[in-house]
Formats: sequence, C-alpha cells, structure tokens
Amino acid sequence: MPSRAMPDSISMFFQGFDLAALNLTLAAPEIFLLVMSCVILLLDLMVKSPRRTVTFSLTQITLLGALLLTWLTRPGSLADLFAFNGMFINDRLAVFLKLLLYLVVLLTLAYSRRYLCERPEMCKGEYFVLALLATLGMSVMISANHFLPLYLGLEIMSLALYAMTAMQRDSAVATEAAMKYFVLGAMASGFLLYGMSMIYGATESLYLPEIGMRLSELHTYGFASADLVLALGVVFLVAAIGFKLGAAPFHMWLPDVYHGAPTAATLFIAAAPKLAGFALMLRLLVAALPEQQTDWQSMLMVLAMFSIMLGNLVALAQTNLKRMLAYSAISHMGFMLIGIASTQIQTFDEALASSLFYLISYVLMTLAAFGILLLFARGGFEADELAHYKGLNQRHPWFAAMMMIVMLSMAGIPFFVGFWAKFYVLKTAVHSGFLWLAIVAILFSVVGAFYYLRVIKYMYFDEPDAAAAARIDSGFWIKTLVSLNALGVAFLGLFPDVLLLLSRLSAISLLMMRQYY
Amino acid sequence: MTNLLSIVIWTPVLAGLLVLATGSDRNAALARGVALVGALLGFAVTIPLYLGFDPASAALQFVEFKLWIGAFRVAYYLGVDGISLWFVLLNSFITVFVVLAGWRSIKLRVAQYNAAFLIMSGLMNGIFCAQDGMLFYVFFEASLIPLYLIIGVWGGANRVYAALKFFIYTLFGSLPLLLALIYLYLQSGSFLMGEVPAGFEVLGRIVTWKMLPLSLTEQIWIFLAFLIAFAVKVPMFPVHTWLPDAHVEAPTGGSVVLAAIALKLGAYGFLRFSLPVTPDAAHELAWLVIALSLIAVIYIGLVALAQKDMKKLVAYSSIAHMGFVTLGFFLFSPLGMEGALVQMISHGFVSAAMFLCIGVLYDRLHTRQIDDFGGVVNVMPKFAAFFMLFAMANAALPATSGFVGEFMVILAAIQFNFWVAFGAATTLIVGAAYTLWMYKRVVFGVVANDKVAGLNDISAREFLILGLLALCVLGMGLYPAPFTDVMHVSVDELLRHVVQGKIPSVFPIPPLP
Repeated sequence: MPSRAMPDSISMFFQGFDLAALNLTLAAPEIFLLVMSCVILLLDLMVKSPRRTVTFSLTQITLLGALLLTWLTRPGSLADLFAFNGMFINDRLAVFLKLLLYLVVLLTLAYSRRYLCERPEMCKGEYFVLALLATLGMSVMISANHFLPLYLGLEIMSLALYAMTAMQRDSAVATEAAMKYFVLGAMASGFLLYGMSMIYGATESLYLPEIGMRLSELHTYGFASADLVLALGVVFLVAAIGFKLGAAPFHMWLPDVYHGAPTAATLFIAAAPKLAGFALMLRLLVAALPEQQTDWQSMLMVLAMFSIMLGNLVALAQTNLKRMLAYSAISHMGFMLIGIASTQIQTFDEALASSLFYLISYVLMTLAAFGILLLFARGGFEADELAHYKGLNQRHPWFAAMMMIVMLSMAGIPFFVGFWAKFYVLKTAVHSGFLWLAIVAILFSVVGAFYYLRVIKYMYFDEPDAAAAARIDSGFWIKTLVSLNALGVAFLGLFPDVLLLLSRLSAISLLMMRQYY
Repeated sequence: MTNLLSIVIWTPVLAGLLVLATGSDRNAALARGVALVGALLGFAVTIPLYLGFDPASAALQFVEFKLWIGAFRVAYYLGVDGISLWFVLLNSFITVFVVLAGWRSIKLRVAQYNAAFLIMSGLMNGIFCAQDGMLFYVFFEASLIPLYLIIGVWGGANRVYAALKFFIYTLFGSLPLLLALIYLYLQSGSFLMGEVPAGFEVLGRIVTWKMLPLSLTEQIWIFLAFLIAFAVKVPMFPVHTWLPDAHVEAPTGGSVVLAAIALKLGAYGFLRFSLPVTPDAAHELAWLVIALSLIAVIYIGLVALAQKDMKKLVAYSSIAHMGFVTLGFFLFSPLGMEGALVQMISHGFVSAAMFLCIGVLYDRLHTRQIDDFGGVVNVMPKFAAFFMLFAMANAALPATSGFVGEFMVILAAIQFNFWVAFGAATTLIVGAAYTLWMYKRVVFGVVANDKVAGLNDISAREFLILGLLALCVLGMGLYPAPFTDVMHVSVDELLRHVVQGKIPSVFPIPPLP
C-alpha cells in the first residue's frame, strides 16, 4: 500500500490548509515581485550587454506590473482585506503606500541607471534584483498585520539594502558605509525583535490587532504585573523605529551611509524605505499599541524634537551636499514625527494624515534632489560637493531652477508642497495643545532655511569654476522625468488637495481597522 | 469683469515666465522689450480697477471667491477696499519704472532680472488683494524669493550677506504670524479675515477673524505675534538692521521695490490683521507701537544724518518715514490713519525717486559715497533739478506729497498728546537736515574731481522716469483729495470697528467647535 499512502500523507499535510482561505490573490503584487526577481536573476546570466538594458527594462516592467496588480487588488469589501489567515492586511493605507512605493522605486532606478552604467562594478544584474527584493521586503512590511511578516519584511529589505550599499567593492568609503549600516541596522533589528518578544510575553499574541485587544483587556482588569515588561517592549520598539527612520538620537548611521554609499544607492535608501519605516511605525504603535499611547507619544516627541534640532544645526556645517541632505532628512523625519507624536483623541486622523502627507512630500522632494545630483554625476565625478554647484544657473539655468524649487520646498517656503506639509503638522501640534513643540519646530526651521538658501546661493550668486558641474549626459527622458518630479513639488504646492484627501483617507482606514476589531 | 483681480495678479507673473523663456543674454533686447510690455500691461489692467471702484462703499469690491484647499478650508478669496486699492496701483506703476531703470545698467542675465521683478510684482498684488489669511501668508512668504535672488545675484560686493540677512530676518518674523494664523484658524474654523464673501452669509456659522470673539490675553499674544512679523517687515526700531544692508547691496531696481512696496507690506499687515483682529490688544499696547515709532522717527533720523553712503542714508530715512506710518495707525483717529496711508503712498513715490536718482549717479561713477561727489549741478543741471524736487519731498516741503501725510499725522498726534506730536514734529527739522545736507554735499559746491566733471546729464529714458515721478509727487502734494477720498469710507469703517473693540460686545454667533 505505499502507493496509496503517499496521497494520503499529502492530503493530511494539506488538511488544515484551505488554499482559498489564504486569499493569495491579495498578495499578488508581492508574489509577482518575488517571481520576477528570481526570473530576472536567471535571465541576467544570459545578458551580455554591459549596460544591462534587458535586466533594467524587465525590472521596470516588474515594478509597473506590481503597480497595476496593487491597483487591481485594492480592497472593495471586508473580504478583500486579509490574506494568509489575517497575517497580511490590504487596507487602504497599505494600497496607498504600496502604490507610492513602486512608483518611487521606479523613479529611483530610472534616475540611477546612467550612474550605474558609468561604474562597471555597480552595473550588474544583481543590483536590480536586490532593488526588487528590497521592494518586496518593504511591500511585506507595509502589509504586515502580524509580528512575523513585519520582521521578515524588514529583514528582506535591510539585507538587500546593505548589499546595495556595498556594491562598489573597491571603494573604501562605500565598504565602510555598508559595514556601519549593517552593524547598526542589525542592532536595530535586534531591538525590534527584543521589543516584540516582550510584547508577546505580555499579551501572548503576535497578531497586531489582537495585541491591541489583549492590552485593552489588561488595562480594564488592571494586571499591573505586565506593565513593566510592556513599557520596556515599547521602548525597544520605538528605538528600532527611530533607527529605521533615522530619527535622532538613533541617527548615527545615516550621515555616513548617505555620504559613503554610491549616490544611486543613497537615493534608494533615502526615499523608499522611509515609506516602509512609516508603515512599521503605524502598524506597531497605532494599530497594536494604542493602549500605550501615552508611553510612545512622549518618546516620539523627544525623538521629533532631537531630530529637528540636531538635523538642522549640524546640516549648517556641511560642505558635502549628500551629507547635508542626510542631516536634512533627519530633521524632516523629526517634523514628520510631530504629527504622530501629537496624537490626541480629537486629532487622531488628522495626526496620522499630517505625518503621512509630510512623508510623501519628503519622499518626493528627496527624489527630485538626488535626481538632480545624479544628472550631474559622471564617471569619476560624483557632483556631491556643494562647491560643485557653483554658478549652476549660468550653465544649466533650467536645472538650477528645478533645484531651487526643491530647496525652497524643503525649507518650507510657500507655493511648494513642503510648506503645506510643515503647516499641516504644525496645525496638528497646535490643535492637540502642543504649542511648545510647534514653536521649537518653527524656530529650527528658520535655522534650516539657512542651509537650503546656501545651496541657492552657490547656484545663483557664485561664479562657476573649473571644479563645478558642467555637463549633463543623461538622455532626454530622464531629464524630463527629473524636471517633472521637481515641477510636481511646485504643482502639489499649488494644488495639494488631492494628496491631502488621500492621506486623510489612508489614515482613516487604519483607524477604522481598529474599530473593526 | 468678475475676475479682474486675478488678472491683476497673474498678468505680471505670466509675463515674468514669458520673459524667462527668452533665455540667455543673446536675446537681452528681446527680454527687455517683453518685460516692458509685460509691466505696462500689468499696469494697464489695474486702471479698470480704479475706474470701477466705488469710493462710497466700505465693502470689498471686485470680490472673487473659490475654495482653494478644501482640507484646510483655505479659499482663493480676493477683494480690494479703499485701503488696498492704492497699493495695487502703486505696485504695478512702480514695476514699470523698475524695468526702465535696469534698461542699461543690467547687462548680465537680463531675462532673469526682469522676470524676477515681474513675478514679484504679481505676488505683491496678491498680498494686497488676499482676503484669506492663508492666501495672504502664502503670497507674503513667496514674495521673499524673488527679492532674495535680486539682491543676491545683481547686488553689490556684500550681496550674499545682505540677501541672507534679509531672507532669514523676514522668515523669522513671519513664523510667529503663521502660528497666530493657525491659532485663529482653529478658533474660528476658517481663514476668512474680514468679510464673509457674498452668497455665503446664509451659512451663518462662518465666523471671520474680524468678528471672532477673543479674550484680552489671547488678543495680546496674537497681537505680539503679528507685531513681530510686521515690525520686521516695516521695519520698526529694534528689528530694522536688515534694511540698510539690503538697500545698500541691492541693485537700483531692488532698492526701489524694497522701499516703495515691500516696506508697505508690514504697515498694510497692521491694518489687515492687528487692528481688525485684535482691536483691544491694539489699544492696550498702542503705547508700545507709538514709542517704537517715535524712536524710529527721532533716533533713526539722527542715524541717517551720520551716513556717508547715499543709499544707506535714504534707507534710514525710509525707516524714519515708516515710523510716521505706524504712529499714524495707532493714534486711532481718521486723520492719523489717512495721513499714514497718504504717507505710505507718497513714500512709495519719493523713496523710489530718491533711489532712482542715486541709481543715475551710481550707473555713471559706480560709487555711492557722498564724499566722491560734489558740484554735480555744474555738469548735470536737469538731474540736479529733479533731485532737488525729490529731496524736498523727502524733507516734507509743503506742496510736495511728503508734506501731506506728515502734516496729517502730526495734526492727529496733537489731538492725541502734545509730546507725541512734538517728538514726531522733530522730523521736520531732522529730515530736512539729513536730506538737504546730503543734497548740498553731492550737488552743490565746486566740481569735486575729474570723474564728476566728466558726467553726462540724464538721458531721455531717465528724464521720462524722473519726470513722471515728479508729476506724481507734485500732483499728490497739490491735490491729495483723490487719494483720501477713495480710502475715506474704508478707514472710517475700520476705525469704527477698532474703537468698538471685541470684548464688551455680545456676540450672537457662537464659534465653531
């Protein structure tokens, strides 16, 4: 009877396993990404061209496909919300963030193509596959409704990013940056895991909404014995989130990695992972730990304040544009955190929406800034010093104007999207009664304006010299894309309504989810 | 036309973008031509504004209302009353002169230079027309950008310092304003400043900031936030130090716009925000503003006396003149307020003309030091005549526009308090002293050196610019009634509101939750 035993054992194996209940179609974008990255990895062995045109095009097509699949699987009913027995969630927030994520990665790779091609050690199929895998990781993080996929996604993303930073094997700076990134990133992952295990210890659940439910029971019945371990767990989680977002005082890796990594990798690290980090924060703190709000709120407030102060002050002293943008990223993360940190009952959806809006505008501005940097970079010339931008207005008035738009937007000057982002978080802070936080933020944004204006000073007030950026080798389409990106910053500043509405809807979807449980 | 104000705002901006499109300096002549046409067009579209304005009504006119950002309830809400009408006209008028003034002297990046001025002109019109607090703020902040570039790119030796100082100073000032706007928005649920737009009264629940009930403590904090923002912009005494630097380093056109229009924004802010929104705090803290204004008039006047650089001298005299304006506002009498408004318009003409005159000299000798000149009248008689007229207007000689405003403010001050009036009146001596002394050292006497001896008298273009401004200065000085008539009703309405205050009255409309 061994011939009959085989199907039996298989059927037994699948007994508790209802494929339909897994609701696999909801994870179609992730599955597609995974399959395609394996396919591209194999196909790339056949590609002979040093420019990797096939690999690059396939990667972009994959991202477009994922974009389309995400749109097609957007939730229409409650049945469309959960997959993998509730471990995977596909709410409006997830869909919105994923659509943005794929778009951002698409633009990132398009901007960095020429940069990669001019550095043979970086222009390999692996770079694109790693990018896809990192995207997969972020995508899983965004949709995670359980500690395990959350951690899994984070690790898939992080390991791919470490490797992308280290792609330039012969460059000592890049290797150092990758090492730092790896060691500190691993520590952050450790923190996260440690925090998760403590929360698990207190609540005996790994499902995020279930944790929230258990906690409210604990609070109702007053099991004070769990309080200490819970508080410690929250501390570790917030520390890990701080690491991943790059908020002070967990920002140490950020300037070195931004500076040391090849600009293409810097752009990748600077833009898309912030979206995933934001999702991590929302899922962990808002979805799972609403009962501990007073704990994480004050911690986030400290993170926000430190980030704004440190980011803006240290950025003043930078002469390297990438490093300056790194410190500016720290301060932007601080601003973004103000929204979440000033959550109150009357401003709940507003708080989440303002943070999300800030994040999106930050990602858009960062993409444009690094996109312009990458335009001017050539083989052997990184175009990453501020001095390289001397007199840019005389050589490339169009791109000087684009850079000026981005810098003014980052400084929060109106008619650009950065202003509305700052306005929204400040309004939330004042509305929630944290006027002092708004005042600190405002004071340091004046400090911040100084170094953004200095970039404009280099581009417009100075004369170009021999070391200054001169030539743009990029093709017409990339130039158009970068210009559209920068003009988008201006356009969204004039008409921010749609983006505001989408942020608000996504925020509400997260809160509805809490109600639903 | 219903969207006349939009046309007034966006015509110069679009013209500016068009000028930018002319590209590099190979097409400099084309850029200048397009810019001049744009500036003239920008002025031409303001004329129907004046012709169609009904001076008998205190209500907003030419109103446009569209929801702009629904999430924040920010509206694209435009309108002018008797107070703002003149500034729109003045701004568009001055822009023409700015383009003409840079005709020969600006040779580098001509298109960008003219575009910056045109775009700024549009943004400034936006500030004067905005009736929505956030729209005002957005225009207010955005107008910093072109001026920053103008000072930084086409300025003098120390331009980077001056440009940054200008920007950071004003940004620092305007952020308390932003906080105050957010607070008012959260209290009232809207950004509407003065009037509910026609057709929306039915909603009933809309509370404008002017009507919003506020306690005295709230009002005082909001007033102080406004004061910081507008005092920096005016500029008033302790926060005036950016202005001399900005003026000295800016190109002639930049100085003209800065003095003629940009400084008025601060004073205009007092009228649009401080007085209507926080009337009780304005009464409570009037002593502070009056004291700062008197310091500006007397102390800054003395500082001007000591200047060796002509532009710096006129810059300090601008601060002193603006002291008169703020003084006039906070006397809370129709005479004082109208005097202050007339002074603002007159200062727009006179300071523009003074900077243009200095520009004429600077274009020829590339120095602004008083000591480098002397005996200019011998070689430039036509110029000396114009300069004489403007210097007299700056010193507030009767029959020039400078006299009307100052005289009205001093009269109002006498009604208020003798010593305040006494302090204000010293300007008649100090102002005459620094202006005429400078004029004497530059224009009269023997020809100072060979360079001065080689000067050419003004060209036809310069004659046209100075001649038109001279007509304005004389016209306003001899017959100021058209100016005051237009603003009369609006000023009365504003003062009625300020005198009534907010605290004692009972408000039928409850605030939004």
